[in-house]
Amino acid sequence: MHPFTYTKPRTAQDAIRAIAAGDAGTRFIAGGTTLYDLMKLDVEAPRQILDVSTLPGIATIDTANPRELVFGAGAKMVAAATHAGLRADYPALVEALDKAASQQLRNMASLGGNLLQRTRCNYFRGGAAYACNKRSPGSGCAALNGLDRGHAVLGGSDSCIAVYPGDWAVALAAFDAVVDVQGTAGPRTIPLAQLHREPGSTPETETSLARDELILRIRVPKTPLGRASTYHKIRDRESYAFALASAAVALRMDGTRVREARIALGGLATRPWRASVAEQGLVGQVLNAATARAAGEAALRGARAGHHNGFRIELGIRTVADALLIAQERV
Amino acid sequence: MHDTIHHAAATDPAKQLQPTRRGIMIGAVAAPIIIGAAGEASGQAPGALGADAVAVRISVNGTQHDLLLDPRTSLLDLLRERLDLTGAKKGCDHGQCGACTVHLDGARVASCLTMAVQAVGRRVGTIEGVSAATGALHPMQQAFIDHDALQCGYCTPGQIMAAIACVQEGHATSPEQIREYMSGNICRCGAYVGIVAAIADAAPKMQAG
Repeated sequence: MHPFTYTKPRTAQDAIRAIAAGDAGTRFIAGGTTLYDLMKLDVEAPRQILDVSTLPGIATIDTANPRELVFGAGAKMVAAATHAGLRADYPALVEALDKAASQQLRNMASLGGNLLQRTRCNYFRGGAAYACNKRSPGSGCAALNGLDRGHAVLGGSDSCIAVYPGDWAVALAAFDAVVDVQGTAGPRTIPLAQLHREPGSTPETETSLARDELILRIRVPKTPLGRASTYHKIRDRESYAFALASAAVALRMDGTRVREARIALGGLATRPWRASVAEQGLVGQVLNAATARAAGEAALRGARAGHHNGFRIELGIRTVADALLIAQERV
Repeated sequence: MHDTIHHAAATDPAKQLQPTRRGIMIGAVAAPIIIGAAGEASGQAPGALGADAVAVRISVNGTQHDLLLDPRTSLLDLLRERLDLTGAKKGCDHGQCGACTVHLDGARVASCLTMAVQAVGRRVGTIEGVSAATGALHPMQQAFIDHDALQCGYCTPGQIMAAIACVQEGHATSPEQIREYMSGNICRCGAYVGIVAAIADAAPKMQAG
């Protein structure tokens, strides 16, 4: 691991000033479960680390506000997953957190840092022995003709097919969450759907955050769709694994007919993937196995298989269909 | 880090006379350590603290330690290499296996993915601190013995620290729940049946005690 300096700014303003005064080698750290891990692999090599894990107010969770759920970026995943009332009113959010990582890591990882979790692509993590445009722009993509079983079938490019690995951001995408950030230029609010970028020809740029911007909180508009929601995650093993395919689904019904649906996909795409066309196709339909399957097909339309990942297109279709039927039981 | 070990051995005659497994292993790898020291030119030699070093006070099992730390140091390496608390194990060193599990302010964490500097001002608890002052085993330790919940034992300190937290969190109310909330601890010997039984057995005893 390369040497670095470690400091702990006392306020968000101090942290932003310090990162603005630094360069690309200056980074924020919170739980460290991604950054410190990748530093051990020499995939990340910051020269200066600013610890924002204990900034004042950064870990507050407020679900009492009548209009929105507010999650401080520094709150731990466990704190949100066990927050009173959340499991009953927004099961998809809690399930996305509970089905991610292990309890050890959920005790460590922050909600804001989790959004910025970097891909698990083995060629990215594997270091200099492998071509990776994300790690080393212009070097190529070893996954395109490599072991791509876990790689994206949606949102990939000729430069990169690395999957966005998170679960929490996928559930947030289904609920139209927004992210409040603060930078040298002041505060701004980014819709979660616009936080992550598709790789295109610049896979090294993963988000729309400026280098000096710090995520302060995540806000989720309160909605009656929350109760009839689920985060359905299919893995190689039952627990403690990244998604082969996942779907965050929320429903609002008029009797047996769908009034409104939300569908977001995880584990299949290069970023949290909202399936708006599939959502619209469900409106007014009687929800049953056939219409749920059709929604899954609509969600995966345009998916592109590589060499070893084609099975995850059908898996994705079935995951969406199952998720819809699970959510329907919660109406 | 070698200074600490040599110092401890030099001042504690009992340690010199009792050849522990760790002592033998340190002796056995003496040559590579000398080679490592020659790597000082790279600026990354262990023990060679540079300008980045941070003075910290860290509480482990109720004892305060004042240390000068290279900020790269993981909590796991601090425990094992500086404080001689070798119960927490280095399995994967990437937060994937759970062998390094310790408690931070009572919550279980992967010490390999915790920067030691982030443990400042917090309570670190390790397997060395779970038994009573009288020497009596923690109910979870006893249950692991009673249920044959290990074979090689390498993952066991991490399993026990995770298991104690699992019970304290209220996640040990059924075998299914125990399996889910212990999934962050891998056992290559496959002692899972015994581990689940041990936790189910220890849970009510912990609550009673």
